[in-house]
Amino acid sequence: MSSNSSSNDQDPTGLLNASIRDLKTRLDRGDHSPMSLSAFFAERIERLDPALNSFISTQIPEIEQTELKGDLAGIPFAHKDIFCVQQGRTTCGSKMLADWHAPYSATVHEKLAAQGAVLLGKTNMDEFAMGSSNENSYFGAVSNPWDVNRVPGGSSGGSAAAVAARLVPFATGSDTGGSIRQPAAFCGVTGIKPTYGRVSRYGMIAYASSFDQAGVIAKTAEDCAVVLNQISGVDRRDSTSSPEPVVDFTADLEKPLSGLKIGVPKQWFSEALDNRVAEQVEAAIAELECAGGTRVEIDLPDADIALSAYYLLAPAEASSNLSRFDGVRFGYRCDNPQDITDLFERSRSEGFGPEVQRRILAGTYALSAGYYDAFYLRAQKARRLIAGHFEQALSQCDVIAGPVTPTVAFKKGEHSADPAQMYLQDLFTIPVNLAGLPGMSVPAGFVDGLPVGLQLIGRHFAEAQILNVAHQYQQRVDFHQRIPPGFGGEGFGGDEHNTGGAA
Amino acid sequence: MSRYAADAGFEVVIGLEIHAQLATRSKIFSGASTAFGAEPNVQACAVDLGLPGVLPVFNEGALKMATLFGLAINAEIAKVSSFDRKNYFYPDLPKGYQITQLARPIVSGGQVRIQVGEGDQAYQKTINVTRAHLEEDAGKSLHENFESVTGIDLNRAGTPLIEIVSEPEMASAEEAVAYARKIHAIVQYIGICDGNMQEGSFRVDANVSVREKGQTELGTRTEIKNLNSFRFLQRAIEFEIERQIDVIESGQSVVQATRLYDPQKDETRLMRTKEEAEDYRYFPDPDLLPITLSEAQIEQWRAELPELPDAKAERYQAEYGLNRYDATVLTASRATANYFEAVLSAYPKNPKLAANWVQGSLAALLNRLEIDASQSPVKPEVLATLLERIDDGTLSNKLAREVFEVLAEDTDKTVDGIIEERGLKQITDSSEIEALVDKVIADNPGQVAAYRGGKDKLFGFFVGQVMKATGGKANPKAVNEILKSRLDS
Repeated sequence: MSSNSSSNDQDPTGLLNASIRDLKTRLDRGDHSPMSLSAFFAERIERLDPALNSFISTQIPEIEQTELKGDLAGIPFAHKDIFCVQQGRTTCGSKMLADWHAPYSATVHEKLAAQGAVLLGKTNMDEFAMGSSNENSYFGAVSNPWDVNRVPGGSSGGSAAAVAARLVPFATGSDTGGSIRQPAAFCGVTGIKPTYGRVSRYGMIAYASSFDQAGVIAKTAEDCAVVLNQISGVDRRDSTSSPEPVVDFTADLEKPLSGLKIGVPKQWFSEALDNRVAEQVEAAIAELECAGGTRVEIDLPDADIALSAYYLLAPAEASSNLSRFDGVRFGYRCDNPQDITDLFERSRSEGFGPEVQRRILAGTYALSAGYYDAFYLRAQKARRLIAGHFEQALSQCDVIAGPVTPTVAFKKGEHSADPAQMYLQDLFTIPVNLAGLPGMSVPAGFVDGLPVGLQLIGRHFAEAQILNVAHQYQQRVDFHQRIPPGFGGEGFGGDEHNTGGAA
Repeated sequence: MSRYAADAGFEVVIGLEIHAQLATRSKIFSGASTAFGAEPNVQACAVDLGLPGVLPVFNEGALKMATLFGLAINAEIAKVSSFDRKNYFYPDLPKGYQITQLARPIVSGGQVRIQVGEGDQAYQKTINVTRAHLEEDAGKSLHENFESVTGIDLNRAGTPLIEIVSEPEMASAEEAVAYARKIHAIVQYIGICDGNMQEGSFRVDANVSVREKGQTELGTRTEIKNLNSFRFLQRAIEFEIERQIDVIESGQSVVQATRLYDPQKDETRLMRTKEEAEDYRYFPDPDLLPITLSEAQIEQWRAELPELPDAKAERYQAEYGLNRYDATVLTASRATANYFEAVLSAYPKNPKLAANWVQGSLAALLNRLEIDASQSPVKPEVLATLLERIDDGTLSNKLAREVFEVLAEDTDKTVDGIIEERGLKQITDSSEIEALVDKVIADNPGQVAAYRGGKDKLFGFFVGQVMKATGGKANPKAVNEILKSRLDS
């Protein structure tokens, strides 16, 4: 068994790989004060982030002298800069909101703050969460800590890179078509996108409302569960948040996997998937079998249809959601507008980056009179079809296991010229958003020194189950404990699927 | 039927879209207040401003109100209805879209009965309501008090509305006004809208087209936007009918367009043509769940409906023996009906007299003061006393009208106080009248001789002399009887 709090050469203080529970114990014991713990991570951000650009803004934590209370009391964290927070800027990675200060805080932030978590900063992201490489940020691209010439994935690339580099113990993210899972996979960290409706969207700037879901990026499934416990639950300010009771997501972590049926979608192991990534994912599935699970082949066809449907529906919603950025009330306004039309047009064409404009145009087109039935309605039908495939598959198994991404992290600029190639990054993540199911990315090996993610997908509101599977897996491997070279670690364990553990 | 249209051989087709602001205390998708008249933008919260990250939460109070409306017009209430987004850019539309109901409105297929014309000329007609849906109001652009810029007031943004869409079944401006007034009455009866047209609580868009008599397909229509008084509605439609007929008669075609009515110039002018119309790119709002309503909930709300104008009018005919016209006029507004009923509860003996007074002197007074019956300076109990004094012979109708005017001027006075103070009391004491009659006979021997010689018409002269001597206060019936007995003896 590995120990999350082990201290070694890579982590002399033991703080880098410490779990949230360990950090909490150390704080409770008085090993550190909340202030000194925050200072430890703040210093790392200041020293190491220039190489990554994973933060858009940092904050000097406001820690009162009085004792912090709550389950996350004194635990430092970062928000993806899509969450509105009353202190500091909320930019959504856009020039449009480069200087915008939210006059209110997101429900997710209020819940974390109420439990004493300490915000150290806001992480970089693709503009308005549109992208799979974090190259679409007005605040510059983010580097992957495992290879700074490569992308960290997106759109929550800043959060994934920051957690991978051990700049914060955990960070929030949002996932519309894979924006938590894909960067988590590329950066070798654990990320969970809960069931649609599990976490309030209030105060999380909307990209595509019927897909957007807030979640967590952390080092381990256990940490994800600890944080998810705090941010989940119905919110009267978000009508689409679910009244489904929130269970303790840590309760089932230690449950053995014996009898677990693991569905493996045949169609996902096709030529679209890099062979060496496939090998690592297969090895991870084999590890789950060793832990007591039973492998079941399942059908999840039409991933290509899912991709097309998503790239109609999400831009359609985005084209409407982003209409409020018109230069009238807040955000960027062009200089010397000639009239109201000029003000609208120039504020928007100067304030939005190319990918955002591309999606607004695509979405506007998809909703236009005469095209609505052919595009929007057909895509909705496809969405129901995909959801049906998952329902069928999950009647034959308990969880689905497969790849997160077709490849490991690609080079910066590699797909910049070809949006369609970039969109293929989301082939295995998007179907999960179409169905609204919970999904995770779990570090599952390396290819050429770059992390590979294992995707776990559960039934609606069965987060506890995929967290359990991920946690049991993480008791048997140590990929999640590897620290990228130069960020406090001494390299990775090599390409081979190391099941040895760290202890 | 428009006289102009009929004379020219045309018939008119009108449909109305009415926006009624619902009287909820807070907005349809936020907790901000809906009260009218606050300083600009103080009643606009983060949701109303459309700030990044905010989400709408549906105010169930608006659902009840829309449902009550549907029940009041015998419409179908949707068990499942839903919200759509109507996308367009406008400075006072904060989100760049309006949340409305396109595909699944809460109310569909209702009817209202209207009465058009006056007295014997009046006729009744049923107008079908296609649908009524919930939506949010936009803010206001303020052009006054600013130089070279436009002010935006978002206090109104997010105020709940129901948009009530009629079938194109009205054939004249009068019918359109009668329909709009009836809808206005219903929303006030059921307490879902204050009906204040000056403040924009009740606004009408009119779709108007004309066609040659006998033609079956509809003519090209124009839409006149945002009419905020019944008078403007009437004038705008009349103008538009004449304009369209003139266009057709000059050999041109009516252009499908949205037009605005200018009350100063009393004309409609072009706002935008159909070609310039926006593509609203409607789609289901993903931020809001479908609204579901159970049969039990609908029935519970139905039980809360008050007596509606048509039912009330039927009851007035049956219970009080009023004719249909009077009953319809008295029930046309809830305030008037309430007033009438309050008069009757204080003095139930003579409903017909009460009906005449409420429709006559009281209506004239309210018209003059531009108020409704609930604000009348003459309270119903006071009018009831006045009616009693007519019935008991204390006051003639003429004197009663004088008393009423005094009551309207000075609300502290009472009926009996005014009668006393002004000596208006009718002289019914026969000895007093006898003495006066005798004096008149004595003073006019020539006329008496002529009358007795067969000039019957002179009887009126004697009545006039007696009334003059009493300042009109003598009971006319008593004067007649006494004169007759004295002269004929």
